[in-house]
Amino acid sequence: MLAHYGYKDGSGDYFIVIDTDKCDGCGECVTACPYGVLEVGEEENDPFREEPVARVTENHRKKIKYSCAPCKPTSGKKPLPCVQACSPDAISHSW
Amino acid sequence: MEKEYWRWPESKWTSPDIDWKTGDIISAGVDVGSVSSQAVVLVNGKLFCYSNFRTGSDSPESAQKVMDKALEETGLALEKIHFTVGTGYGRVNVPFANRAITEIACHARGANFMYGPSVRTILDMGGQDCKAIHCDERGKVTNFLMNDKCAAGTGRGMEVFADLLSIPIEEMGQLSFKVEKEPEPVSSTCVIFAKSEAVGLLRKGWPKEKVLAAYSSAMAHRVVELLGRIKVEKDFAVTGGIAKNEGIVKRIESELKMEALEPQYDTQIAGALGAALFAKALVEKERGLR
Repeated sequence: MLAHYGYKDGSGDYFIVIDTDKCDGCGECVTACPYGVLEVGEEENDPFREEPVARVTENHRKKIKYSCAPCKPTSGKKPLPCVQACSPDAISHSW
Repeated sequence: MEKEYWRWPESKWTSPDIDWKTGDIISAGVDVGSVSSQAVVLVNGKLFCYSNFRTGSDSPESAQKVMDKALEETGLALEKIHFTVGTGYGRVNVPFANRAITEIACHARGANFMYGPSVRTILDMGGQDCKAIHCDERGKVTNFLMNDKCAAGTGRGMEVFADLLSIPIEEMGQLSFKVEKEPEPVSSTCVIFAKSEAVGLLRKGWPKEKVLAAYSSAMAHRVVELLGRIKVEKDFAVTGGIAKNEGIVKRIESELKMEALEPQYDTQIAGALGAALFAKALVEKERGLR
C-alpha cells in the first residue's frame, strides 16, 4: 500500500509517502528523524496486517510542511535523513 | 424561523426481507463523521438496516443516537450484536464499539460491497475531508491520500454555499447546470475565500446559478487534482454526501474523462458499511472460521 500522509493546501502538496509493502518496520527512520515525525506501529489502514509498519505521527500530519522544513533548506539540500536511513527504500516525499 | 437551506435529509432504512433472528453473525459499523454519522447492521453479511443522521457536538451521544435510530422498530437489541466496529473522525468515541478501524480502510471495504469488486478508485467526499483511495478486487487499500486540513471540496463547503445562495442543498446539483455557458471557476480553493469571491460576483449581478456553477467547477477541479496523486483507474466511484450532488459528480467525470459508477445504496453509508463488514470478518476470525 502507498500511504500518503500529509495534506494539500493553497500553497502546494505536502505528503510523505510510505510504501507499506516495502517497509519492514525496522524503525531506522524513527531514529534518523530529528523531529519525531515518524513512528512504527500497527498498520491502521489494514486491520489484518500483523507486522508493524512506519507511519507519520498523528500530530505531525497536518503541519508536515513545517515539521520537515529544517531538513529541506532552499539551498545546499542534503539527502533527507529518513529517506537515507530506509534500506528497503520505502519512504519518499512529494515536495 | 429563517429557512435552513443547508439541511440535508436524514434517513433510515430496514430490509423488509431479512429476519435478524436467523442470523449467525450480526455485525455493526458506526461511522461518526464530522458532519454526519451512520450506523449499519449486517445479518450474515447482508444489509439489514442503516441510519444516517447529523453529528451533534457530543460524539458518544451521536454514535448512540444513530445506532438507536437504525435499530428502531427492528426488534433487534444492541446486546444481540456480536461485534461492532467504530470508524470515522470520532471512531474512538463510540462507547459500544469493540474496535476502531480507520475510515480509509472502511470506505474501501464498503465501496467494494456497494459497487462490486470492479471498483478500483474511490473518491470519498465527506463533511470536512476528502479521501482518494485506490483498492484491489477485495476492497483492500493499495494507495490512499486524505486531505483533512482544508475544507475546500467538502460537504461543509457546499452547505455554506447553500446558505449563501438560499438554495436548498438537494437542488444545488441541478441548478448548477442552469447556465448558458460554464463560467470560469472561482479562483479560491478555500471555502472562506471562495465565499467572499462569490459574494463579489453576486454584487456584480451574476445570477445565483452562474455563481453556483463557478463554485461547483472549482470544487470538482480541486478534488480531481487530489485524485491525480493516486493512480486513477477504472472503475471509479464517488461516496459521501457530495456523491448526491450531480453538479459536482458530472463535473468530476468530465474532468477525469471517466464515468462514476451509479450508486445502488445511500452513498453516505460507505464507511459504516465497511466497518460492519470488518466486524463480521473479525467475528469469523474469533470463531476460527477464517
